Amino acid sequence: MRVETKPVLQTGKEVGSELKTGADLLVKSLIEENVETIFGYPGGAVLPIYDALYRAKDAFDHILTRHEQGAIHAAEGYARVSGKPGVVIATSGPGATNLVTGIADAMMDSLPLVVFTGQVARGVIGTDAFQEADVIGITTPITKHNYQVQSISDLPRIVKEAFHIASTGRPGPVVVDIPKDISASPCNGTYDNSFHLPGYHPTIKPNPLQIKKLADALTKAKKPLILAGAGIIHGKAANLLREFAVKNNLPVTTTLLGLGSFPASNPLSLGMAGMHGTYSANMALYECDLLINIGARFDDRLTGNLAHFAPNAVVSHIDIDPAEIGKNVATQIPIVSDANAALQQLLVVVKETADHQEWLNLLNENKENYPLWYKNPKQELLPQWVMKVLHEVTNGDAIITTDVGQHQMWAAQYYTFSEPNKWVTSGGLGTMGFGFPAAIGAQLAAPDKTVVAVVGDGGFQMTLQELSVLQEKRLPVKVIIVNNGALGMVRQWQETFYEGRYSESLLSIQPDFVKLADSYDIRGYKIESQEQLETIFPEVFAYVGPVVVDCRVLQQENVYPMIAPGKGINEMIGVKP
Amino acid sequence: MKRIITAVVQNRSGVLNRVTGLLQKRQFNIESISVGHTETEGISKMTLVVDVEDNQKLEQLTKQLNKQIDVLKVSDITDKAIVARELALIKVVSTGQLRQEIQGIIEPFRASIIDVSKDSLTVQVTGKPEKLEALIDLLRPYGIKELSRTGVTAFLRGHQPSVTEINTYSLLK
Ligand SMILES: Cc1ncc(C[n+]2csc(CCOP(=O)(O)OP(=O)(O)O)c2C)c(N)n1
Ligand SMILES: [Mg+2]
Repeated sequence: MRVETKPVLQTGKEVGSELKTGADLLVKSLIEENVETIFGYPGGAVLPIYDALYRAKDAFDHILTRHEQGAIHAAEGYARVSGKPGVVIATSGPGATNLVTGIADAMMDSLPLVVFTGQVARGVIGTDAFQEADVIGITTPITKHNYQVQSISDLPRIVKEAFHIASTGRPGPVVVDIPKDISASPCNGTYDNSFHLPGYHPTIKPNPLQIKKLADALTKAKKPLILAGAGIIHGKAANLLREFAVKNNLPVTTTLLGLGSFPASNPLSLGMAGMHGTYSANMALYECDLLINIGARFDDRLTGNLAHFAPNAVVSHIDIDPAEIGKNVATQIPIVSDANAALQQLLVVVKETADHQEWLNLLNENKENYPLWYKNPKQELLPQWVMKVLHEVTNGDAIITTDVGQHQMWAAQYYTFSEPNKWVTSGGLGTMGFGFPAAIGAQLAAPDKTVVAVVGDGGFQMTLQELSVLQEKRLPVKVIIVNNGALGMVRQWQETFYEGRYSESLLSIQPDFVKLADSYDIRGYKIESQEQLETIFPEVFAYVGPVVVDCRVLQQENVYPMIAPGKGINEMIGVKP
Repeated sequence: MKRIITAVVQNRSGVLNRVTGLLQKRQFNIESISVGHTETEGISKMTLVVDVEDNQKLEQLTKQLNKQIDVLKVSDITDKAIVARELALIKVVSTGQLRQEIQGIIEPFRASIIDVSKDSLTVQVTGKPEKLEALIDLLRPYGIKELSRTGVTAFLRGHQPSVTEINTYSLLK
């Protein structure tokens, strides 16, 4: 990949064009990349950058989160919803290390981020200087790529490369570590961002021969199945997937991160598969004879014990990252491609499929006989019910972010999605503390949409300091705390696999979340019954502004059905009797 | 199974770290790794000898290497016609009387003595890893004080036999 642009000498006077220092070069580069929103937190090593941002005040909306972890999760939420790279700035040392969780999270879930960290001046790197941390060393295994800027004139090129790498191919986080003397020193006014990346050529278009093989397989398959992952969403291919599935009558199941890639309401949808997936989806994965994985990575939470995963299937795997193909599951028809390009080809090439009506009938029977279910004791507030009412009140049209735990699974199961880019969750890393700041980023990316953060009482307490940002920016995010007074998912595993020894999983002390919200001047509600839920939720969503809702749900409720760890996808427990 | 993998990389800071880090993270065993400049400025080549379980693991390894932005080309050259060499420096306990005897041992290996002191001498030997091992075994009884090996570096021979002529033999067992 080679991009040539002419070096230009800046003389203009528009914002960001006065190139005095390295930091000004950075600001100009961000403007060139059409960056509108920056999530960040200042400190010593980035003072020159913040000074340049001050000079370019109107160019960006800078979101000062109250912790760097909040900044990076917000950037992830922003990236997930907008499809554009999230941009983060943090200072050296502790500022940078506070980002580590979010960088790893973005790496696992393929989210495009460009992260700028300050670094101590070049002259003292390696001397354990004040607030020095080896950011390159620390982030190498958790970034798609990283850079330490060694010369001021490299800065425009590196920023350009960083955005390019983060947002193309399989997206991911890129870190740019900028020593303080680079951002502080005067530059000579030249700005050259032409770049050449001879080792980076993502394959976008599928090999037609492989597409033909898959088309042939479809003419023989009696039990075909599509597994749709987040690659569909990254590839903006949800419409193509729907067209392809409907045209050929192919059933579709999605991964956790693929929710929204295929409308849950479509008769061909089997819902989510995996550890807490539906019976019909998991049995379809077990029994299918042709599995077409589009943009999913066969994560272990999806497959269960690999020995029982799709044992009789011919496997075709379409992925933009060749390294994902054959990594966990042996694949007979590998197709390296972007989901969009592959589906376009498939729509043309697939002319007929074998008759598989019997298969569809079986799947439909399973759907009907073994739906998601829960007991309904009327007295207590059930978390599943909270999700159902949430869906109703928001017409199923909200952007939902979640934290990690039971509430995440209930949201995935019961807030059925009909469109992509409405589901923001931490899948691969399973990061508690993600959900609430991610909602801030999501709301900034989609100011006119209803954004709901569904969080646990545990995880919310990991990043709730960002309530300040809600209030400061008057972001109308609705925070729904599924409060079971417990680290619920841990409690559930201890109940199921450790004979009810609740070791450090019950939260006896909680803040009064309503008062807490109030202290930020944010509206708070407490809901303790189904009746209250039905009266208060409409009020919450009619209000234009931030709200925190403390839903006191039944602590003993567990997420079912479930594939126990080590078990096969055909060995679910807690299926509707 | 042992494989010889070469990776042509852009000579940027951190690239070696990225490659070794990824091998460690994905639990690949590196037997040896050698790196150096190539004929092209700014381009280096790494030669890795790795021990992998099976073909699926091997494929993962080359794919993961290829995925790195600064890696330009990855080749598994194990089954090709290649030239593979390693260098070893072996410091052997030796008094004056033994010197002749050791000289006699190393000669068939075309090794040479490159340093001598009162009670030791240092042998330099180049060749395929098996050859180095054979010499090391022969010198062991004299007492090896220090041993340093570079790891294998390798590339394709100028002439690659057409597929039918290939008589697959492995340099590394
Ligand atoms: C940062 C982090 N620490 C620990 C865990 C392990 N963990 C997974 S779910 C969970 C419980 C979460 O409790 P809560 O936020 O209240 O959600 P609930 O399961 O009760 O809905 C824990 C501790 C994690 N995923 N992330
Ligand atoms: Mg909880």
